[in-house]
Amino acid sequence: MPEVAEPDFDVIVVGAGIAGCVTAYQLAQQGREVLLIERGEAPGSKNLSGGVLYSRGIQEVFPGFLDEAPVERRITRNCVTFLNATSSVGLDYQDARLADPVNAVTVLRARLDPWLAGKCEEAGVTVMPGVRVDRVLTEDGPAANAAGAAPWHANGTTGRRVVGVQAGDDELRARVVVAADGVNSFLARDAGLRPKDPLNHLAVGVKSVVSLPRETIEARFNLTGDEGTAIAVVGDCTEGVGGGGFLYTNTDSVSVGVVVRLDDLTAQQKVVTDIFDHFLAHRFIAPYLEGGELAEYGCHLVAEGGLKMIGEIVMDGMVVVGDAAGLTLNTGLTVRGMDLAVASAVAAAGGIGAALENKDTSKAGLTGYRERFFASYAGQDMKTYAKAPAFLEHERMYKQYGELFADVLYGAFSLDTRPRRHLLSVARRALAHSPLKMRHLVSDGIAGGRAL
Amino acid sequence: MKPLSVPERLAKNRFNLDEEESHIEVNQEIARATGTGRAIVACCPAHVYAEEPDGTISVEYAACLECGTCLAVAAPGALKWHYPRGGFGVQFREG
Ligand SMILES: Cc1cc2nc3c(=O)[nH]c(=O)nc-3n(C[C@H](O)[C@H](O)[C@H](O)COP(=O)(O)OP(=O)(O)OC[C@H]3O[C@@H](n4cnc5c(N)ncnc54)[C@H](O)[C@@H]3O)c2cc1C
Ligand code: SF4
Repeated sequence: MPEVAEPDFDVIVVGAGIAGCVTAYQLAQQGREVLLIERGEAPGSKNLSGGVLYSRGIQEVFPGFLDEAPVERRITRNCVTFLNATSSVGLDYQDARLADPVNAVTVLRARLDPWLAGKCEEAGVTVMPGVRVDRVLTEDGPAANAAGAAPWHANGTTGRRVVGVQAGDDELRARVVVAADGVNSFLARDAGLRPKDPLNHLAVGVKSVVSLPRETIEARFNLTGDEGTAIAVVGDCTEGVGGGGFLYTNTDSVSVGVVVRLDDLTAQQKVVTDIFDHFLAHRFIAPYLEGGELAEYGCHLVAEGGLKMIGEIVMDGMVVVGDAAGLTLNTGLTVRGMDLAVASAVAAAGGIGAALENKDTSKAGLTGYRERFFASYAGQDMKTYAKAPAFLEHERMYKQYGELFADVLYGAFSLDTRPRRHLLSVARRALAHSPLKMRHLVSDGIAGGRAL
Repeated sequence: MKPLSVPERLAKNRFNLDEEESHIEVNQEIARATGTGRAIVACCPAHVYAEEPDGTISVEYAACLECGTCLAVAAPGALKWHYPRGGFGVQFREG
């Protein structure tokens, strides 16, 4: 076997987002030599999310998270709104129990990620920002990754073994590379792990952060202190394109955005900024933002394929975590990616730690990551919601249900001096006027119950 | 909030422009033949692409927010797109 130079690091993590930082942090805590590379000038400077972080997982990694990390508000009020052109029907759930213990917080990534990277540095990780990794270095497998006398055998299936990364003219070598480089993951593609995603597995999120005085936010969203509201919107907000809108409260700003599926956006030939403008100007949305100042405008892709999108996440010498692995769940009511990034990072750090311990960083040696992930609550949830993406692709979800609900309620609330009818018969009439048929209600009800 | 144009919105962001190197390149022929040109004009949230009167697609790479949407919808060969060099490009302060 050829002599291979002693690697520069035990592990190189590419991408200082949530997935990369948590992986690097936990490996450093195990006493490993870890390099964390980030292309942004500072960690977080390239990252964007809607902003609701389901925080239990990250609290386990950083016990002081809620007090020390730059979190915005603790979500105690969740609303789901079916938006129509001139009506809107919503579910409004506010619960003091959600504040204690805290279940979800809003975050802004350009503030959160530097905090996470700081934690990594404290734990001994070498953090290298401002460097773009251009490709993974591979060798023919099985290769010898000499570690003293012990054989680092490789018996994976790609025929290639990842041995490091290249950034500009620099080649850096490690026993394991972690691709934590987000939804576009050029690394996973480069290594042959991820083919081009079908468009129905991707959505684009367009978001503005709008500054408003704290007191205005608290009054407008019915909040006290650091409590926060998360509003999920479906229907007219996306002009009939599959997707939805959101409004999340930060301490002194509101995150407002739309997420639209790329297959539908391109098929309907809609201009994405028109959709966003339409949402911002909607008569039931604009009042939330009245008097606000735009602080920042951004966009980012969302992985929407659910379980189907997760392909190979382990190969000889490399694992893929977070968005790079396609780990996002859109259930229609919640977009989850950050908590899954945490869970996959914890599983990866465990799996990599075991592989390093056993001196086997081949695909077989690293497979503990996959097992740990699918045994975790996040992996279980990916399976539970496996049918959600297909269910949410039904066009009915985005238009007709909202109108039907509004028509039923209009029948109930509009007291126009004619004698009232029972709600059930109002509903029947509304259904008769809707393009929806009873069989849709029944089949969507059953499918929804199963998918969500 | 008063409505803002896309350039007005982008003016609120911070960019560290790479003067030497564009990270985006359109293959005009393939873009035209496959409809990619029109698709990327419509789907880019930063209006980086515009269709010129002669039908070519112009690229204002400095405005790019680095989402990758254009690459995802582009036909094979129509678009070369990679991340800007390390440290360059958009610098989110909120995220
Ligand atoms: C509009 C929108 C709304 C969302 N809402 C929510 C929500 O409310 N709740 C939720 O939980 N999730 C939400 N998500 C999903 C969530 O943002 C992602 O799942 C999460 O950010 C994934 O984290 P990550 O660490 O895997 O990837 P990222 O955060 O994308 O991190 C990847 C990192 O890798 C770096 N990088 C990439 N390539 C290279 C390279 N070649 N060299 C060096 N560095 C590189 C990047 O700069 C970045 O720092 C939303 C997403 C969007 C777009
Ligand atoms: S990456 Fe996003 S912002 Fe940049 S050009 Fe492509 S679609 Fe536009």
